Amino acid sequence: MCLAIPGKIKSIETKYGGMVRMAKVSFGGIVKEASLEMLPDAEVDDYVLVHVGVAISKVNEEEAQKTFKYLEEIGELGELGDVDEYLPKPE
Amino acid sequence: MKYLSEYRDPELAKKYLEEIKNTVSRPWSIMEVCGGQTHSLVKNGIIEMLPDKITMIHGPGCPVCVTPLNLIDKAIHLATEKEAILCSFGDMLRVPGSQKSLLQAKAEGADVRILYSPLEAVKIAEENPEKEVVFFAVGFETTAPANALSVVHADRRNVKNYSILASHVLVPPAIKAVMDDKESQIDGFLAAGHVCTIMGNTEYHPLSTKYKVPIVVTGFEPLDVLQGILMVIRQLEQSKSEVENQYARIVREEGNLDAQKVINEVFEVRNQMWRGIGEIPDSGYAVRDKYAGYDAIRKFDIFIDEAPENPLCISGQIMKGIKKPYECSQFGKTCKPENPLGAPMVSSEGACAAYYHFSGMVEI
Ligand code: SF4
Repeated sequence: MCLAIPGKIKSIETKYGGMVRMAKVSFGGIVKEASLEMLPDAEVDDYVLVHVGVAISKVNEEEAQKTFKYLEEIGELGELGDVDEYLPKPE
Repeated sequence: MKYLSEYRDPELAKKYLEEIKNTVSRPWSIMEVCGGQTHSLVKNGIIEMLPDKITMIHGPGCPVCVTPLNLIDKAIHLATEKEAILCSFGDMLRVPGSQKSLLQAKAEGADVRILYSPLEAVKIAEENPEKEVVFFAVGFETTAPANALSVVHADRRNVKNYSILASHVLVPPAIKAVMDDKESQIDGFLAAGHVCTIMGNTEYHPLSTKYKVPIVVTGFEPLDVLQGILMVIRQLEQSKSEVENQYARIVREEGNLDAQKVINEVFEVRNQMWRGIGEIPDSGYAVRDKYAGYDAIRKFDIFIDEAPENPLCISGQIMKGIKKPYECSQFGKTCKPENPLGAPMVSSEGACAAYYHFSGMVEI
């Protein structure tokens, strides 16, 4: 039930006399409504993560690449010796 | 589907597994806190493919599984005795209460509805002003903003016949409880990516420091989980204990501040009972006094005696990572998804159900 999946915002409208910002979000063709109240700056064409009818995060495209580059990164850097420096670190 | 299927690439998964094998030199136990990750690990056969030195321990991260028995009895009472329209997420319906489940109550004529979102329940309340509508608001931090938002919506639109039966659980206090339990031996954690989407990572830094464990905030697709495991192992092999973020495409360090604001508006932290585990200090949310009218417990003033758990079910030990589902004497015998003795056999995120479905016991 903690399932949250990414989808693309197709359109945005305000409802209930401007009180609620709702988006139509497409999940691989299936379109569902999601509240944008937790993502006030989300716009059409953004990818957002939706959980139980509420959009909770925008997908960061640049970060999305890292899972694919991670092995390459640690492999390459392994040869250089100092791997640690390039691993993601907490703030 | 973008940002989904590419994280299931089998070739890259193999490379990750290879790198994990090359990295691990000693035995390590890693707990994935979230049931969604348990599901992904078991469903994709990752558990079997990991080197023997790595033991994955399945944590308490299934909100359906840890919702107290007494609260399920209360939900059933609201649906049957108070004749409320009782709305909930689908998984909650089959969880056994002390007498019956919500699904059985529904079969006997109670108005029990499965919803995709708590916001729909507010709509139902608006459309049925003569009825009381209660949403059974279970979940981790991930679901708290949506449940809180339903209360805010009801309040804004002056919908008085709506309330929530809240049973929220919080992850960091559960990690603390697991680490303080003398029986459990965990070397590192995969933290639940969707929980951190809301709350951020800041709560985890003191935990990794105090217990000297690596905590890697991790997503749910096979590659996410594999990368998360590799990041934990790399830290362990280098004697490090830091918080890392594998799921940075979704999780920001500070989380979603707008979502946190809505949670704080409606809820306050309180002690919480976890089914099978017991009370954990400061591990749940109660509805604030300001919204008392939307709190089903106060609104209906229900009191139901605590009923005993089924003594054969060892779900507590399973959720603390002390035992595996197949070590339960009832697993697959008297306890199956269609007739569950305990909650972990109900939800697909429950460890018992995940093992039952994907360990070759049934075809699906
Ligand atoms: S298999 Fe059934 S009885 Fe055993 S711990 Fe799991 S839910 Fe409880």
